[in-house]
Amino acid sequence: MAGCLAAAALLAACAQAPLRGTGDLGVVVERAAGRLQLVETTGARIIGQVPGLGDLSHASVVYSRDGRYAFVFGRDGGLTKVDLLRQAIEKRIIQAGNSIGGAISQDGRMVAAANYEPGGLKVFATDTLELLADIPATYGDGKKSAKVVGVADAPGNRFVYSLFEAGEIWVADLSDPKRPAVSKFRNIGKEPYDGLITPDGRYYMAGLFGEDGIALLDLWNPAAGVQRVLDGYGRGQEKLPVYKMPHLRGWAVAGTHAFLPAIGRHEVLVVDTVGWKESARIPVHGQPVFVMARPDGRQVWVNFAFPRNDTVQVIDAPSRRVVQTLKPGKAVLHMEFTPRGEQVWISVRDDDRVVVYDTASFASLKELPADKPSGIFFTTRAARIGF
Amino acid sequence: MTDFAAKLVLSLLAAGLAAQAPAAPAPAPGRAAQILNMVRQDCGSCHGLTLKGGLGPALLPQTLKGKDALSLKSTILYGRPGTPMPPWKPFLSDAEAEWVVEQLVKGLPDGR
Ligand code: HEC
Repeated sequence: MAGCLAAAALLAACAQAPLRGTGDLGVVVERAAGRLQLVETTGARIIGQVPGLGDLSHASVVYSRDGRYAFVFGRDGGLTKVDLLRQAIEKRIIQAGNSIGGAISQDGRMVAAANYEPGGLKVFATDTLELLADIPATYGDGKKSAKVVGVADAPGNRFVYSLFEAGEIWVADLSDPKRPAVSKFRNIGKEPYDGLITPDGRYYMAGLFGEDGIALLDLWNPAAGVQRVLDGYGRGQEKLPVYKMPHLRGWAVAGTHAFLPAIGRHEVLVVDTVGWKESARIPVHGQPVFVMARPDGRQVWVNFAFPRNDTVQVIDAPSRRVVQTLKPGKAVLHMEFTPRGEQVWISVRDDDRVVVYDTASFASLKELPADKPSGIFFTTRAARIGF
Repeated sequence: MTDFAAKLVLSLLAAGLAAQAPAAPAPAPGRAAQILNMVRQDCGSCHGLTLKGGLGPALLPQTLKGKDALSLKSTILYGRPGTPMPPWKPFLSDAEAEWVVEQLVKGLPDGR
């Protein structure tokens, strides 16, 4: 620091934080306050706050490929680019009336926002947030517009997403952002509520709310069309009412098997990803919301819908047994693993805190205060297809 | 300030209206706070935290205006089969559901 005093010209540079990478950084969404807490996983600590992000209920975040910028999609249609290093909003726009989430393209140049109102997909340049393409989700006679859900990035600068009311899956190829090429798959099933893409970018799956089953599109062979898998996986049994829509995004692939939330049931489904057949059902504490694999795939962590949302369970993937039941607190909303999975961070909304657990011993290591925390997003997502 | 004044006038109006209509008895303060939190957070997960709409429609005074209070109450208690709207009867009594409708119709206090 003595050097800093030597030359006034250097003062500005010295006032800045020391150089650092972003690989161990992340954000915690404080949904009611419209604020992000910036966190660092190495020290398990809060390093700053960025306020002024609007209505963050159901907010989701994707990262620029350099892991420096977070793109935050807010419920109020806000799209905010946040610089983790400067701890400041770089740019913020209101791009729709009501939005559900987004994705970033393979080349990192575009972010796509999935909108409810007006229903459609809007694509923006990541550097300027300038609008590049607007693809309304019109269907039927062309006058109705559907809510867009489950948007995921696919190789080839494509975005894949589902239309809730229309029961369609669309693949938008933005290789030329000025001329998006959209392939539409119709009659894929009733009310797709969320979607995901496998970590290899090959399969897109849409969970159906209006019927049992999952719509599966093989992006390596789109000509084969959408296939129905796990058809009628609960037929004959009455479904429980669903108090929170499950999320597929954080889905779990462990080895050759995928672990998925069963909608309206106290079960996690195990599906083999070769033949796409159900291979087991694991009884759990409540209706699963997030079913997430630890990065090594050995464990699968599950949280639950209201009113059973004070609990998290851990499934041992090889034996498919629940091996641990934790009670982090009231209203567990989200879980995020550190890059190599030795810790998991869990947001507990009604207790206003984030709890950090050791995934080997299940010991609670630390609690961080946060105002009604919801999503937790670490920069590791920057390098993963589908995140 | 004008916003605040407008809100004040609205809530005074609502209070006036509530005085005329046979209002549902308000739950005890602790329970009322719990219900309001549930409406914002758990209803909010489908209707939006600010109730501006999401998967479910907006539940704001202007969108609910003119709708039959009784049918809104039964939607809350029994849900709408065939749609994602679930029944809340296990968590709300009849009187509480009626009170929730009243709160929604006059606009939720901004309790964060
Ligand atoms: C899982 C999602 C979900 C949750 C949670 C949810 N709703 Fe709904 N709600 C809906 C949907 C979808 C509709 C529209 C149903 C239809 O299409 O008729 C709806 C409709 C309604 C309506 C009728 C609105 C109108 O204009 O007719 C009311 C009132 C309502 N919900 C209140 C509530 C309340 C109060 C809660 C919490 C106690 C709640 N909802 C929780 C999904 C949900």
